[in-house]
Amino acid sequence: MRFLAINDVRRGKRFVRAFAAITACLLVISLAGVCAPGARINAEQGPAAASLPVLRVAAAADLQFAMQDLAEQFEKKDIAKLQVTYGSSGNFFSQIQNGAPFDLFFSADLQYAKKLDAAGLAEPGTLCEYAVGRLVLWARADAVVDVGKDGWKALLDARVEKIAIANPEHAPYGKAAVAALRSAGIYDQVKSKLVYGENISQTAQFVQSGNAQVGLVALSLAVSPGMKDGKRWEVPAGAYPPIEQGAVVLRSAQNKSAARAFLEFVQSAAGRETLTKYGFSFAAQAK
Amino acid sequence: MGPLWLSMELAVTVAALLLLIGLPVAYWLAFSKWRGKFLLEAVVALPLVLPPTVLGFYALLAMGPHGPLGKVWRAAFGHGLAFTFAGLVLASMFYSFPFAVQPLMSSFEAVDRRLLNASAVLGASPWRTFRSVILPLSISGIITAIVLCFAHTLGEFGVVLMVGGNLPGVTRTASIAIYDRVQSLEYGEANRMALVLLIISFSVLSVVYALNRHARRSLWTPWATK
Repeated sequence: MRFLAINDVRRGKRFVRAFAAITACLLVISLAGVCAPGARINAEQGPAAASLPVLRVAAAADLQFAMQDLAEQFEKKDIAKLQVTYGSSGNFFSQIQNGAPFDLFFSADLQYAKKLDAAGLAEPGTLCEYAVGRLVLWARADAVVDVGKDGWKALLDARVEKIAIANPEHAPYGKAAVAALRSAGIYDQVKSKLVYGENISQTAQFVQSGNAQVGLVALSLAVSPGMKDGKRWEVPAGAYPPIEQGAVVLRSAQNKSAARAFLEFVQSAAGRETLTKYGFSFAAQAK
Repeated sequence: MGPLWLSMELAVTVAALLLLIGLPVAYWLAFSKWRGKFLLEAVVALPLVLPPTVLGFYALLAMGPHGPLGKVWRAAFGHGLAFTFAGLVLASMFYSFPFAVQPLMSSFEAVDRRLLNASAVLGASPWRTFRSVILPLSISGIITAIVLCFAHTLGEFGVVLMVGGNLPGVTRTASIAIYDRVQSLEYGEANRMALVLLIISFSVLSVVYALNRHARRSLWTPWATK
């Protein structure tokens, strides 16, 4: 009995020691985490860059790849650093109305930008249409149908059980998808196959994971590294109302001149070239 | 079928199935003497760690034609698992699993071992002991498990969003429908639905907790009739 008790005490002590060691390790790791990013930023920026203002940009999910490239090019001009947050335009709209601290808003839907302008939350005269989104049929390379060859006909194939589109109630690409299906005259035939993604990137995930065989997604996503190997077919621009994407500088922006400079850069020849590369077109081109 | 009703149906189905699965798992975790048990306890708690949308993303991959779940399901039923009610139930069960097992396990562990020994000495089989001693003494934990699973599934958003596909009457639950209304800037309609969801949930939870209190006071034990 005594032997057992001693054993228990030993085990208890060992447990306490192990617990203390683990706690100490976690503490060190978390402290390192707190200190390290600050240290890294200081080292990277140096004294000259430290004085550059930081532009906080809210950008629609379909801009993910284009915006990264645009930001890198703009930062070379040494006007400002960019801090981009991607998300749903509708969410950003609600957040900005409630005081979210952004300097610029790139919406996937011109309407949101217009509404902010009308509500007096945008800098006067900054509302602009910076790009037009393009809709494509997309399928995995190993999909049962070849959308590149068959176009709309691929959707009628019996082996296509599910077709992913963005939610037509609020997502601009979803509205365009329904309009395109209607103008192709197959909406009623494929209606029962449709599944809805919350936004265009989630819609792409449905197809990329193979749960939906085909999807109607943004060309800007279809050309991205993870999806460019799939098969795609561009929906003719006339089949749906243009997906006009609007941007504004926000009234609450901390550095308005830098924000305006970035917006001008996006609309410059270099900016447009980048946007074209990532699957966007422009109003003048579309009309 | 309205989104609220669908949410209720999902929550009830998930809570019932999780109770069925949770009872044996919790029994094993509470009474097994296996040394590696702590590993399984950790696995059971894992769904708490991942963000629901991430968990949902993995569920989507698992249910896809290239995932293990999707392959088995397709072989058995001839269609995919994602975007179906069954798929939602499965994903939600995974998501709420810790909420079923943990309360059950703690209440099983809290049962006085002397009672279990006495039961065994009197010749009762382990099943009989479970039925007549452990279960009645764990009624609180069972009710907690059911309520937590129900409530957790009712308010679930991320997982449903990822594997549901937002189909009216099939996978458009109340939380998704409310989110949709917010996205469409129809805040009034969103408020109305959220209010109804809150009122229903509050009523259900109050009733259950009231019953639970009553049960503890009067030692209401439906299993221990014999």
